[in-house]
Amino acid sequence: MRREVVVTGVGAVTPLGVGARTLYERWRAGVSGIEDGLGVCTEFDPAEHLSIKEARRADRFTQFAMVSSDEALREAGWAGELPYDPARIGCIIGTGIGGIGTLEHGKETLMEKGPERVSPLAVPLMMGNAGAAGVAMRHKLRGHSYSILSACAAGAHAIGASARMIQAGDADAVVTGGSEAALTPLAKAAFAALDALSDTGISRPFDARRDGFVMGEGAAVLVLEDGERARARGATILATIAGYGASSDAHHLTAPRQDGAGAVAAMAQALDDAGYGPQDVVYVNAHGTSTPLNDRAETVAIKQVLGNGVPVSSLKSSIGHLLGAAGAVEAVATILALRDRVAPPTLNYEQPEEGLDLDYVPNEARTLDIDGRPAIALSNAFGFGGHNAVLCLEAP
Amino acid sequence: MATTISPEQVEGTVRDALPQFGVDETQITRDASFEELDVDSLDLAELSQIIEDEYGVQLKGDDVAKIKTVGDAVDLVVSRAA
Repeated sequence: MRREVVVTGVGAVTPLGVGARTLYERWRAGVSGIEDGLGVCTEFDPAEHLSIKEARRADRFTQFAMVSSDEALREAGWAGELPYDPARIGCIIGTGIGGIGTLEHGKETLMEKGPERVSPLAVPLMMGNAGAAGVAMRHKLRGHSYSILSACAAGAHAIGASARMIQAGDADAVVTGGSEAALTPLAKAAFAALDALSDTGISRPFDARRDGFVMGEGAAVLVLEDGERARARGATILATIAGYGASSDAHHLTAPRQDGAGAVAAMAQALDDAGYGPQDVVYVNAHGTSTPLNDRAETVAIKQVLGNGVPVSSLKSSIGHLLGAAGAVEAVATILALRDRVAPPTLNYEQPEEGLDLDYVPNEARTLDIDGRPAIALSNAFGFGGHNAVLCLEAP
Repeated sequence: MATTISPEQVEGTVRDALPQFGVDETQITRDASFEELDVDSLDLAELSQIIEDEYGVQLKGDDVAKIKTVGDAVDLVVSRAA
């Protein structure tokens, strides 16, 4: 029988604050982490969590990942001592871009002061795998470790690949998640040039007035363990990674297929992998970017796989789009919401659009009235390049 | 420029630089080893850049491998500049 993969700890740094519970509780309460059209982690001060040396050896995206991992490991009861052979603990951290702040700073130095002044730290800080390296070094995790880069699906892919690593027997536990810190001049200008960003600076997924996404930054990290071993050591089980599905649109660099076929394939696979049917899903955490194209295609896909009845909401309405971190941050928020039997709200949703007629849980959280049925959700993540990753999550 | 460099000057530069890397400044003495100060190869690469910038002295990989203490680094820079 396949090994069960459980979540025993979660951590996050987001525009809603430092901490996974802070993220979930503020979102549930309808708080927005977006100010002036950006989701900045204003409550994050590296000096509170990292030594001078740790902070300067890490790009902001790695800092987010390290601080999130500290929280997740504490909750898992790993602080102080790892419960398994370190060689059997993996680490996969997804990112969309990596250390682009470091890259831009290095380019400025190169242009203004010349090549001999470019910092020797530039490469180790900007590399896309720096998040995984930072977390693995911080906690002495010596198993399989690498990063996944699949744009805005990276966080979900990282969790899915980590679950597979445990199922395959390559690890007994994996510290995984996603991280992004791309609120930099180049990244902002580049996304704006694509016409992907909201002109109004308002994230309103599925609303008729939606006009693009709002950029955000942050990270989330989860501790995944082989269920049998986690139970044997008496760990608290927050959730199960019940299923995972992934697909590629193979269609367009930035636009999703409007028939939602790639998303449908990933959602159906995740359900099938979990051994559940459409009627078992009680909540969908949508990718819900607030772009005209995504929200329409995703609605089509959800309807095709699950029908019209299931509550669907988007965390991006509260914190913006955290790119490569989004899939992980959303998985963490979904797990905490499922535990509370709550569907958190899609904020700023007021004007329906024809054809976008799902239950988007507008503006106020709602209790999931599931009558003792298992709390099962899908969490969707779709990335530029046509990468789709869907997690099927179940909370006890 | 090179002829005016004193060990005190170079030591001052090192004392200013290392705390930026996270080194406890009270631990910095001529005899302190970089290992004790938790100064590794990346820190030394940065320190080399600062020294080159200030004194025009290049410290290459072989040089960096040889220096074990703050004093070693200071003396090497002074001798190169002379």
